[in-house]
Amino acid sequence: MADAAAPAAAAPAGRRARLRTDLRHQPGFTPMAWVCIVFLYAPIAVLIAFSFNDNRSVVRWTEFSFRWYVEAFGNEGIRNATVISFQVATVATLFSTIFATMAALATTRTRPYRGQTLAYAIVNQPLMVPEIVTAVATLALFTIIKKATGITGIGYLMLAHTVFCIPFAYMPIRARLEDMNLTLEQAAADLYAPPFQVFRRVTLPLLMPGIFAGVMLAFVVSLDDVIITLLVAGPGETTLPIYILGQIRRGITPEINAVSTLLLGLSLIFVTLFFLIGKQRKT
Amino acid sequence: MQQRTDTPGADRAMVQAERVTKTFGRGADGVTALDDVSVTIRENEFFTLLGPSGCGKTTLLRLIAGFELPSAGRILLDGAEIGHLPPYRRPVNTVFQNYALFPHMTVAQNIAFGLEMQGKPTAEIGGTVARMLDLVKMERLADRRTDQLSGGQQQRVALARALAPHPKVLLLDEPLSALDLKLRKEMQIELKRLQNETGITFVFVTHDQEEALTMSDRIAVMATGEILQVGTPKDIYNHPARRFVADFIGDINILDVDLDKIDEGRGVVRLPGGATASAALPEAEMRPGAVSVAIRPENVLLTGPEDGARTATGEIERVVYFGSAHNVHIRLDDGPPIVARAPHAPGGAGDRAGVILPDEHLQVLVD
Ligand SMILES: Nc1ncnc2c1ncn2[C@@H]1O[C@H](COP(=O)(O)OP(=O)(O)OP(=O)(O)O)[C@@H](O)[C@H]1O
Ligand SMILES: [Mg+2]
Repeated sequence: MADAAAPAAAAPAGRRARLRTDLRHQPGFTPMAWVCIVFLYAPIAVLIAFSFNDNRSVVRWTEFSFRWYVEAFGNEGIRNATVISFQVATVATLFSTIFATMAALATTRTRPYRGQTLAYAIVNQPLMVPEIVTAVATLALFTIIKKATGITGIGYLMLAHTVFCIPFAYMPIRARLEDMNLTLEQAAADLYAPPFQVFRRVTLPLLMPGIFAGVMLAFVVSLDDVIITLLVAGPGETTLPIYILGQIRRGITPEINAVSTLLLGLSLIFVTLFFLIGKQRKT
Repeated sequence: MQQRTDTPGADRAMVQAERVTKTFGRGADGVTALDDVSVTIRENEFFTLLGPSGCGKTTLLRLIAGFELPSAGRILLDGAEIGHLPPYRRPVNTVFQNYALFPHMTVAQNIAFGLEMQGKPTAEIGGTVARMLDLVKMERLADRRTDQLSGGQQQRVALARALAPHPKVLLLDEPLSALDLKLRKEMQIELKRLQNETGITFVFVTHDQEEALTMSDRIAVMATGEILQVGTPKDIYNHPARRFVADFIGDINILDVDLDKIDEGRGVVRLPGGATASAALPEAEMRPGAVSVAIRPENVLLTGPEDGARTATGEIERVVYFGSAHNVHIRLDDGPPIVARAPHAPGGAGDRAGVILPDEHLQVLVD
């Protein structure tokens, strides 16, 4: 016991040194962190909790039940909206990822050319322009096209989603390409691989985590979109967020909570998948 | 200048650069990485490009591999011009400085890659990969992922991968620079062995003069986009033609002297202390006047100050012991300092000594 005193005497000095360097020991750090966490997650916690409430009220807790989930599944409006949402998101994700991959290759795997920065800016334009502007502009253009051709349908909505998903898919793919060692592609070319084989055997496999991230982002962004969808969607093309928005005008119901919780669950699954795949690729 | 030997045999030209210039960028910001370089690399030889950082070694290698196209001049491989071919059409493989192993493939898959791209039948690929693994002693790690290998192991895989398609020329860009000293020495021997066993022409880049001297059949010493001298290690070491080459390789004394005349292919020079000597001349044309002559410390002989054979006398400034010998720093009377390497120190600082500069070790340099 006696010799334990010596290290103990040295401890305060060590702790003081840590106090100065460790951000967590800055005054106010911990309360601040808690405030942020509460603001971020309290609403979600409430949403989830009341989706399991066996009561029509969204303020008074009575009993646990899956009632609202059953009801949501039984609701044809929700079912249709979900199908539309997934159709649009799938098509938009597929095409936007393909275009984003091509754009990322064109802005990183070419000799520097005039207008490269401009190309970069153009690809990212939808991130900079207020969404409402894009929405109005798209609506105007689509109206003209519809008038001129007489073609209608969900294709317009899918097209609009594809376009605004491109920059989201583009960012992680480009980041991955920039990280990737160019000498790997040169090594492949050196070993008799013509350009297409270099792409198929080296660039593409190494790019997969980036493409995967792009797919996730594009899908979530499409699933979540309100403004552009609201303006562009034709009759019968109600997506899930639009449906929820419509319902909420008539007051929040636990049914909406249940649908929102399911959406949250889906995005959590995506994030987890992405995390796991990213980890696997790295090791 | 061109040494073209088209006769089959040991001296057949494998790679020829003819008046190759490479400029990066345009106009005022343009960098000339290679300036009118001509060189011939022979079949089966271990050829080293040696020079300080930024002298254009990598650029020359990349031009041979096809990653860059020459701004002017021609590159020939085995007699055929290849300057315009893309890398995948050139029977040349590269060992990259950072190895550039494919991280998503195993060791065996890495080695098989070139063979697959050449369209070799599967059975043959398996056999070649096994032979290559054996050659670089990596059989046991065939199914490892390449990021789980040590630096030396990665190096071996990179070598095996580049050798597997049996290229006409193997290009190696400072392949040993990432290894520690002991491993480096091991890999030097290993590389030499691989070159002997495969009979492939190796073009090796280094800025380590000792490495170049121990490994090469011939060395090209480069500086600022030019090849200054090409020769065997002995040639380069004993008869450096240019002041830069002499300075860059090993320790050397460079003395400013007067060239009196040229006599039977040797230069008659007046050494410090007044004695005349006959020094070897470089290939370039020389005129009488002020020149530099070089002599290696180990070729400077020490004698007593009164010895009749002495070339000059001077005072010992300091003696530096470094294990196998001593470096004796002497200031010649009314002359420059000179270093002699001797197994035994003839005296200490302040003592007088005589030096002999034998004719056969004196070399006139071009600046
Ligand atoms: N892609 C490029 N663009 C512009 N300049 C370049 C490029 N590649 C090389 N250079 C320039 O050309 C010169 C020669 O470069 P190089 O890489 O061949 O040198 P090196 O001899 O291999 O040097 P090190 O020993 O440092 O590798 C340098 O001045 C370099 O800055
Ligand atoms: Mg280099």
